[in-house]
Amino acid sequence: MIFSPNSPLQLDARFVCQFFLALLLTLSLSACVSSASKPSLYQQLGGEQGLDRIVEELIQNIGNDKKVFHFFADAKLSRFRTLLTEHLCEVSDGPCKYSGDSMEDIHTGMHIDEADFNHIVELLIDAMNKADAPVTAQNKLLARLAPMRKDIYRR
Amino acid sequence: MKAMPIKMNTYSLGFSLTLNPGIATRIFILLSVFASSLTFAAGGKILATPGVSQVEGAAGGGLVPWAQLAGYASDNEISASGFCSRASVSDYDLDVCGVQANLFDRVELSYAKQTFDVPALNTELEQSIVSAKVRLYGDIVYSRWPQLSFGVQSKELSDASVANLLGAKDDSGVDYYLAASKLHLGAAAGYNLFWNFVLRSTSANEMGLLGFGSTSKGRSLQAEFSSALFLNPNIAFGIEYRQKPDNLNLGETDWRDVFIAWFPNKHVNLTLAYIDLGTIAGAPDQTGWYLSLTGNL
Repeated sequence: MIFSPNSPLQLDARFVCQFFLALLLTLSLSACVSSASKPSLYQQLGGEQGLDRIVEELIQNIGNDKKVFHFFADAKLSRFRTLLTEHLCEVSDGPCKYSGDSMEDIHTGMHIDEADFNHIVELLIDAMNKADAPVTAQNKLLARLAPMRKDIYRR
Repeated sequence: MKAMPIKMNTYSLGFSLTLNPGIATRIFILLSVFASSLTFAAGGKILATPGVSQVEGAAGGGLVPWAQLAGYASDNEISASGFCSRASVSDYDLDVCGVQANLFDRVELSYAKQTFDVPALNTELEQSIVSAKVRLYGDIVYSRWPQLSFGVQSKELSDASVANLLGAKDDSGVDYYLAASKLHLGAAAGYNLFWNFVLRSTSANEMGLLGFGSTSKGRSLQAEFSSALFLNPNIAFGIEYRQKPDNLNLGETDWRDVFIAWFPNKHVNLTLAYIDLGTIAGAPDQTGWYLSLTGNL
């Protein structure tokens, strides 16, 4: 018996259960609503137009940023724009095929640290806000990008 | 002595949230310090990911410590934070202020001073808590498994007379805990979902405010749980649950709360909660409001 016998967890675990029941109900309701049409993440982000806006805002943000601009200073802008758009399009299940180098190859030697990485994530979030992408679509895109961190930072 | 005299609850919400001059001054000083030194801020973590400050001084929710460390320091940064909180329930008020340091997102050091006001007895109990937390593994956002931290909280009452009167064995004690936390991006219909689980070894009665252990009971393992949903990057709402022992046989109950936390930027966050602290020193139905402000350097 690891828990104190005087305050059994299961007694008031009811409270925790109620929270999750309410959460589940909310989720299943919104799932019902969204399963009617089921737009892809690419569509939720606004499709081609939406991604173009996000990438444009991100480029603006990076250009105005003292902390991380130097990582991008040598990149050719038009190529960066095209490849980033392709990449986000492919990651969000859009009708594109990323034609650039691997994340690992691109970032090796750049020595991006944890704070730099998170700062670029914040510039992306800010760009998505400026491009009016819904919070839920933003989170889903970030969830798909997050596993790539290991190929990008400390390399 | 079975129970402290129970005073009728006459506090309204408005009164509950009124801060006394001492705490108001401290909050003002905190705010001024943070406002005047915004440029020093270590900001290597993403907004809201460090959580807020819990009543014993650790980064956490309101009542429960989380695996994250206080402040926004990443692995090559140092940050300092400060907070003040007030919990106002039917028969008692708890004021806490504290400071926290985050060393390279590896070690959190904190000091908190609690003042537990019992208006009915015209008594104030004071407890100081020195704590450390070490991140053992992971990152709540990026690692595959939950972030895992080990914490120690060393607590000492400044005056043991009430604790002794109620049958407590010691006026100081040490809690050890293991915390696991994870933020799942977009996991709840596209919204970010956070959870935290804690296993704590403690002999504290009412967190230590009523001393530690009794003649018949000592250390035991207690479970704690938190969960939150982020409506957007700035606002989270959630619940907490904290299991507690009843060493003094005064019917000490588990704690729980529902909270909303607001992160306008990385320098400050504000938490409002409705708390249910159950029975404290024999006085039942201790529900009320909790307000907490944290500032980060």
